[in-house]
Amino acid sequence: MRRVATRDRSTAGAPAALGVLLLAVLFLLAVPGTARAAVAGCVADAATGCINGTIRTADQQPAVGVVLDVEGPGGTTQATTDAEGRWTAAVTEAGEYTVTLDEATLPAGESLRNPDQNPRTVTVALGSSTGALFPLGAAAAAGGGGSDEDPDAAPDPESTAPAEDAGEVGAPVGASESGSFSWGRLAQQATSGLVFGVLLALAAVGLSLIYGTTGLSNFAHGEQVTLGAIVAYLAVQSFGLPLLVAGVVAVLVGAASGWLQDAGIWHQLRKRRVGTTQQMIVTIGLSMALQYTYQFFFGGGALRIVTTTPTMLTLGPVRISATSLWSLLIAVVVLAGVAYFLLGTRIGRATRAVSDNPALAAASGITVERVVRLVWVLGAALAALGGVLMGLYLNATSWNMGGALLLLMFAAVTLGGLGQAFGALAGSIVIGLVVEMSNLVIPSDMRYAGALLILILVLLLRPQGILGRAERIG
Amino acid sequence: MDWSRILVNVAGEIFAPTTAAYALAAIGLNVHFGLTGLLNFGQAGFMLLGAYGFAISTIAGWPLWAAVLVAIACAAVFGLLLGIPTLKLRGDYLAIVTIAAAEIVRLVGRSTALTDLTGASSGLRGNSYKDTFQDASPLPDGTFALGPFEYAMNASNSWWIRIVGWAVVALACLLVWLLIRSPWGRVLKGIREDEDAVRSLGKNVYSYKMQALVLGGVIGAVAGIIYVLPRAVQPDSMGRPMTFFIWTILLLGGAATVFGPVLGSIIFWVSLMLIKSVMRAGVPESIMRTEQIEQFGWIIVGVTLMLLVIFRPQGILGDKKELAIDVR
Repeated sequence: MRRVATRDRSTAGAPAALGVLLLAVLFLLAVPGTARAAVAGCVADAATGCINGTIRTADQQPAVGVVLDVEGPGGTTQATTDAEGRWTAAVTEAGEYTVTLDEATLPAGESLRNPDQNPRTVTVALGSSTGALFPLGAAAAAGGGGSDEDPDAAPDPESTAPAEDAGEVGAPVGASESGSFSWGRLAQQATSGLVFGVLLALAAVGLSLIYGTTGLSNFAHGEQVTLGAIVAYLAVQSFGLPLLVAGVVAVLVGAASGWLQDAGIWHQLRKRRVGTTQQMIVTIGLSMALQYTYQFFFGGGALRIVTTTPTMLTLGPVRISATSLWSLLIAVVVLAGVAYFLLGTRIGRATRAVSDNPALAAASGITVERVVRLVWVLGAALAALGGVLMGLYLNATSWNMGGALLLLMFAAVTLGGLGQAFGALAGSIVIGLVVEMSNLVIPSDMRYAGALLILILVLLLRPQGILGRAERIG
Repeated sequence: MDWSRILVNVAGEIFAPTTAAYALAAIGLNVHFGLTGLLNFGQAGFMLLGAYGFAISTIAGWPLWAAVLVAIACAAVFGLLLGIPTLKLRGDYLAIVTIAAAEIVRLVGRSTALTDLTGASSGLRGNSYKDTFQDASPLPDGTFALGPFEYAMNASNSWWIRIVGWAVVALACLLVWLLIRSPWGRVLKGIREDEDAVRSLGKNVYSYKMQALVLGGVIGAVAGIIYVLPRAVQPDSMGRPMTFFIWTILLLGGAATVFGPVLGSIIFWVSLMLIKSVMRAGVPESIMRTEQIEQFGWIIVGVTLMLLVIFRPQGILGDKKELAIDVR
């Protein structure tokens, strides 16, 4: 029996609308404030603390590829700013950490505004984030924070911002918003959103296929994404393989892990007739076990797959790194391949038949278990590829990268209609755009929350998703 | 290896405030899942809201009883908001929505836009909201040792929080025991087993589910208060892993039982502490570093959850006939 979102007849209508309204109000109430940098690679929890910040050049462009060394009781880690100038370092022990910015890695012509504050010392507590700020630009420019300033440039309020930075915060929220909007920025965010969405789609398509064929919501799918990124990291950094080979290795390892997982766990559970809800709780346990296994072996810090500074290309108003462009290209080609597989090949048609109705597919001579195995291999391989590309896009991976992306994948899959492979693609792109473009209106550390709110609203208004069709149960 | 110190530490976990808080949160989840069959994967969100409600209103100068009421009200409103869209959905949709809603609470709470209210990701320091609770204590100041267990009377990780925490757990157990035997509880169990059958008897299933969701959420909010009283309100320490621990505790002890959550919580924290302390003392630094032992503990929790659900879904106290997880 497939699980479908169904509306309880007694309850549609007014209460639903009220719910949307209340949720929206609740969310909007929480919104005002200045936009700021979010933390991409580090989620603080009971065993992890984060140090983070955003580095921007004097003219408020993100400074990419700046290397920072973090040294303290938990050991030494290195962080590098990503395509948006953000950097983050995870530490597993509380205490005083020294953050040193390597001035040689600053973009050409840039210098620290306060060179005497490099290195900086920050106090880190587990389960929380601490900011460390390194403003760039000539010392005299400090007071010149003009009216057209990008709100992202406001110092990270989490940090113990030095007094001389105060001038930058000055602009009132309304003014800075109207002043900050520009078509260039819109284009930049839309491009980032598109790249992010397409990469997310690689992972989400697998999630959707697995749900479609087995009815299982796989909460451990995020760990397949992390696996790909970590294998690529190992292949490049420890075995010295070229990036392309490392990517292929990661995808192969991912595919193998999908085969093993299905053969070792899920096939057995299906054979034992363990229900899908039970299996779902098993995936949660698996996800926990895998996440902490990654952390056990690779620590809580950011792992950089490649350590060279990315080359930035300028296309009109948009700045994009060459790696992101290649990633986008690879992802699009692969997704087109998946589409061809599903629509054009015999086994692909069998997959869609199983998605539609496993019992009927079995009755018409399709070996359901073989299709399911194939879907696991394919889904895990796609997730691994997504992980490698996402690790390159975010400039670093870490033990919980996949975990952080999992809910966005679910949002994408639900948005497109659970079990609909093409729905997952469309949903991912929408979610990617929402995540990146919501920066324009809400504080960027709430951008994931915006995507999740969309998930809830979709379930409320159109539970079958954009591309799903309404189903009847009974 | 200092066995006596390890044993004292491990035995201390039996009645630690954290154990009580998790037991209480699991009791709330038991009302959702064990009684009604709702797959709530956002229990940590209820706890976090309760903690915020309590801490923020106390910091605003409200008395203890009012702060507790605020926490309860926060959870009730959250339960209602969450219930309106989710109770119409089934199974894993419900799980995804509740997990997402809890994440939204955490992300909004840790957002720097709300720094003045929630302290953003560094949270609210314990000392800023502990006073009203500590002042309510009838116990004298100082420390008190009961056998090898020595804690402060009133401050932070105190006897006072232990007494109050476990008293609340006992009350909640009593409440669940009464509910299970009441006509109201029988309707909930009916919904868990076969929603359509209950609906055909003319019961308003939606309303019953909503009541169960709010009640379990309120219990979760009180658990959140007890959880943060000996420490600080830290949004990032009350995220998804916390919800998963609560689920492990509930399934370990046995869902749909009265004492399952309490037993589960005690076993969970005692064995985790035992494993960690023994490994810290016995495994040399060269084989496993201290923070790796921490992670090893969580790996075991994950594997335990998997094995438990596969091989003994009814837990220690549960009855397999009483609760099949996959009723629908």
